[in-house]
Amino acid sequence: MSATIETLVNREYQHGFVTDVEADQLPPGLNEDVVRAISARKNEPQWLLDWRLKAFRRWLTMKEPHWPNVQYPAIDYQAVSYYSAPKLAASKASLDEVDPAILETYSKLGISLNEQKRLEGVAVDAVFDSVSVATTYKEELRKHGIIFCSFGEAVQEHPELVQKYLGSVVPYSDNFFAALNSAVFSDGSFVYIPKGVRCPMELSTYFRINASGTGQFERTLIVADEGAYVSYLEGCTAPKRDENQLHAAVVEIVALDHATVKYSTVQNWYAGDAEGNGGIYNFVTKRGAARGFRSKISWTQVETGSAITWKYPSVILQGDESTGEFYSVAVVNGRQQADTGTKMIHIGRNTKSNIVSKGISAGQGNNAYRGAVKVLPKAEGARNYTQCDSMLVGNACGAHTFPYIEVQNNTATVEHEASTSKIGEDQIFYLKQRGLSAEQAVSMIVSGFCKEVFQELPMEFALEAQQLLGITLEGSVG
Amino acid sequence: MITETQQSLAQAVVARAQADAAAAPGQSIPLPASYAAELDAQVAAAEANGPRWLADLRRAGAAAARAQGFPTTRHEDWHYTTTAAIAEAAFPSLASASGAVTEGDLSDFTFGHAEWPTAVFVNGRFDAARSTLARLPEGVRVRPLAEALREEPEMLERVLGKVATPEAQPFVALNQGLFVDGLLLVVQKEMEADVPVHVLHVTDATGARGATHPRVAIVAERHSKVTVIESHVGLGDAAYLANPVTEVDVADGATVHHVLVQRQSARAFHVAHVEARQGRDSHFVSFSFAVGGQLSRTNVYTLLGGEGCGATLNGLYLLDGAQHCDHQTRIEHAQPNTYSRELYKGILDGQSHGVFNGKVYVRPVAQKTDGKQTNNTLLLSEQAQIDTKPQLEIFADDVKCTHGATVGRLDQTALFYMKSRGLTDETARKLLTYAFAADALETIEIEAVKDSLEALTLARYTT
Repeated sequence: MSATIETLVNREYQHGFVTDVEADQLPPGLNEDVVRAISARKNEPQWLLDWRLKAFRRWLTMKEPHWPNVQYPAIDYQAVSYYSAPKLAASKASLDEVDPAILETYSKLGISLNEQKRLEGVAVDAVFDSVSVATTYKEELRKHGIIFCSFGEAVQEHPELVQKYLGSVVPYSDNFFAALNSAVFSDGSFVYIPKGVRCPMELSTYFRINASGTGQFERTLIVADEGAYVSYLEGCTAPKRDENQLHAAVVEIVALDHATVKYSTVQNWYAGDAEGNGGIYNFVTKRGAARGFRSKISWTQVETGSAITWKYPSVILQGDESTGEFYSVAVVNGRQQADTGTKMIHIGRNTKSNIVSKGISAGQGNNAYRGAVKVLPKAEGARNYTQCDSMLVGNACGAHTFPYIEVQNNTATVEHEASTSKIGEDQIFYLKQRGLSAEQAVSMIVSGFCKEVFQELPMEFALEAQQLLGITLEGSVG
Repeated sequence: MITETQQSLAQAVVARAQADAAAAPGQSIPLPASYAAELDAQVAAAEANGPRWLADLRRAGAAAARAQGFPTTRHEDWHYTTTAAIAEAAFPSLASASGAVTEGDLSDFTFGHAEWPTAVFVNGRFDAARSTLARLPEGVRVRPLAEALREEPEMLERVLGKVATPEAQPFVALNQGLFVDGLLLVVQKEMEADVPVHVLHVTDATGARGATHPRVAIVAERHSKVTVIESHVGLGDAAYLANPVTEVDVADGATVHHVLVQRQSARAFHVAHVEARQGRDSHFVSFSFAVGGQLSRTNVYTLLGGEGCGATLNGLYLLDGAQHCDHQTRIEHAQPNTYSRELYKGILDGQSHGVFNGKVYVRPVAQKTDGKQTNNTLLLSEQAQIDTKPQLEIFADDVKCTHGATVGRLDQTALFYMKSRGLTDETARKLLTYAFAADALETIEIEAVKDSLEALTLARYTT
């Protein structure tokens, strides 16, 4: 049986190709001039440049944190290029002007930017290295008053909205990587759903790192006004390289009264080879503010890629009766390391949070769940339920759980449950004697283990996630 | 098979955590000068008179205490408990047994069994008059530490500082540099003690604004069995620091039951460290009961170092007023086929602050580990606060580990049911509160101790 897990775990990374496009890339290094250069290239207003500079100056005073349960060689922040844009992307009034090589890249990744194809009915904002290259279905969305565009465009066309919400959930001083991102972020997506509008289709951003020697620092801002609803998807891939590339993104979500934002991620950055060479460092700050009465923010993530994943999509439950959810599947294989989880901060009355985390460790991977549930003194009637399960496949991997539960209100009910166990040998045996191969058996057990999370994903994503999981775990059955 | 890389990764993680703990700024307050002076004096005394190993032990303790200072909340192991108040008070070690402690003073703390072999320490020094060590069970040998240091230092050399080490433990380091008395307890191989041994640490009014650093070493030789009760009590309402360290060596096939009863004065600081090292097929059963002190921290650690051994660590803390009570447990599964069971419960009233941090480590070799940990907290008042952090770190695959934590108030449906049966709201609340606590107390196997602590709890919540 170990041979099958072995092959299961070791399938090749499929998205590891490089696209050959001419790029406008800043030389490596970081100083105020680089920040100014990025801002100038994006033709940004003064207030944004000032904000970036404030962030940069703050970043200089901060130290890279080392508390997560991950290990990596020191990052040389001066060796990274902070801006890389494909040359043709400068103006992109229509898709025809997008470099065909880039369109090709996305279609190879299975994402159609061609609206005629009407595939899946999902509006996509495609971010290639540092810039957004195309956003589909803009017109149709505009009819509903929905703004869905690249961050750069939003700064030009809706500066008042950007200025109002930028940094309001993740301030530039929040942490080391958020400060770095605030100083040098290049692009990303911006979403605004007006009052009472239910977004008619899924919105999606697809992030692709292509150029070498660069980092990707994008910023996503989603604002759901009163009574609005939006479901947002995020996907990511990168070429196979021997170097480690840094991805330090920031995602901010604001949900006002009765608004609901559902944010799903399938993260499949290149994870490095079996010896741990190369791969993406995925150090991301994601946070939502459920500000309004009965607002709801739901995070779903499937983390299969990256050499190191370090992120905690969180919800600040400010509004009374607001809800926060976190559903996560994190898989590590090879020498991947993941330290991921969530923070639920209960501030309003009768706030609810639900956390379901499923960790799968295979190969020599190390997977840590780190979560905080905080109930502040005013959060009367707060309710939290946390379930985090880990599965170990193979005997050289590790699974860790670090929940922090802080309760300051006695009307709160907080429950935390965690378990760690080996993939069931008797389950595999049973399935095999029913005629399934070991590989199928493992895949079936794993999808059963992750079912509670997958059912939260939009359908296309659920299928993709399931396949990804199969690929990531390939060769791990022992 | 465990790959070397996995081993080295596990080690590297630990090493980095220690390095981080040492290097990160703001994690500690410098050691107060008076403690530094006390440490120097003990090193000098040991160098002048003591055996060489003692001088080495003192030096290592002093160096570690200096290097670590007093931890603040920036120190991950002390995330919810600051020791600034203890550092600020900088209570000096009590010079000698003072006090006029009478038998009557102690009757409250003997579980109705004054005839049990009892070693009484008053303000940190052995009090022969109050102790009753004449009728020790067969095979059990006890000796006050100060006496053992004079009479059998070679025995102590093999025992002291071997289980509890000062690395990454600021208060163990301080204790190692400063202990002057305590107890050595040895159970001979294959002997089963039929009555418990009670170690009663008392601080009375004359111990106000002083500190004690008692050290207790328990050695259970192979296939022996013993029960040790350690009580830390305060008479009156003095402020003082108690910094006891207990080392327990549980050899192959041995069983040690250890009950910790913390009933310090309401203004006391209490920082206790109990650490066990277990051999093959051994058992360590610990219970920590805490009701006293304004600021208390109790570490209960065990290393499951032999195949087939196991540990049960249970505890109950009942807090009120502005008390702060922190428990940290660490169970390290280092060999295959080991088990651990853990149940800690807390009842928090007033503006009290409870902290629970339960760590379970499973090393790569420790296949077939079976671990279960539970922490339940009942919040009785609006201002009570709990921080709980159950923690699993697993490096082996064929394991079964679970943990659970709950925080809440009394079950409203149970309350409703009882009221519908004619009980008053008040009675129903009291009964449910007591029942919550009794759940943990029931796991104590020594009847008299269980009954006595149950009575104490019942009185607390029903009168």
